[in-house]
Amino acid sequence: MIGSLFPEAQPLAGFAGGLMIGLAAAIMLLGLGRIAGVSGLAARAIGLSDGGPPRLVALAFIAGLPLGALLVAFVQGGVAAQFPSLPVIVIAGLLVGYGTRLGSGCTSGHGVCGLSRLSRRSLVATALFMGSGFATIAGLRAGGLI
Amino acid sequence: MRALIALAAGALFGAGLALSGMADPARVRAFLDLFGAWDPTLAFVMGGAILPMALAWRIRPRMDRPLADEAFVLPETRTLDGRLAIGAILFGAGWGLGGLCPGPAIASLVLYPLSVAPFLLAMGAGFALHRFTIR
Repeated sequence: MIGSLFPEAQPLAGFAGGLMIGLAAAIMLLGLGRIAGVSGLAARAIGLSDGGPPRLVALAFIAGLPLGALLVAFVQGGVAAQFPSLPVIVIAGLLVGYGTRLGSGCTSGHGVCGLSRLSRRSLVATALFMGSGFATIAGLRAGGLI
Repeated sequence: MRALIALAAGALFGAGLALSGMADPARVRAFLDLFGAWDPTLAFVMGGAILPMALAWRIRPRMDRPLADEAFVLPETRTLDGRLAIGAILFGAGWGLGGLCPGPAIASLVLYPLSVAPFLLAMGAGFALHRFTIR
């Protein structure tokens, strides 16, 4: 039914991939006692955060991300992706970098780990970054940019 | 040992991102595009990810310490403040513009190095800007 309503949607692959993401976060929580928040771990890995696990642990998690994506690419013969233009990508990166540090988290820390913990801060953050994302795309559309 | 566990968790996380389609900025932007050809896939990813984590949060209070570490070190801040709100809004704007958040961007580094490297450099600059301006 979802397929006929939204031909581009991949609900099954999405849900399966989501389970893997959640399982990975559960391993970090129950195995190492930490939140699998990618922005915080990335900042920690490159020495731009004092919080979080030991740097080696943060680095190892961050290094695992491209490794896992590579494995999937081998198994299914590539991973599709379309990127926006270079100037857009640079502005986006700056906003994502600064915003996630100021707001103490991104889609993984607030969205996955925080929402599942029923954290009020994560609930507010997720509502705001989702709302801001919707508004940004709506703004681009209204401005005739997409 | 701890680094190996983190590496395995990171790889599983990255594989999940790639399998779910979330490593494709176009698909993420399509989720955020309510007035275009809306693609709900991201909602299924979120649902799938929250399920095991909700279970993990139920198990956690029954454990004195993590399986492979000395103590749980978890965020305990409860207060809502301007930084949280402004940070989330700025992040959301960048997420909508680029269709990338930190996880998928890093996960794509080997598959699409030329497309993702400028994003990651800018993201690092954003981290640094925050680090050296906010006390």
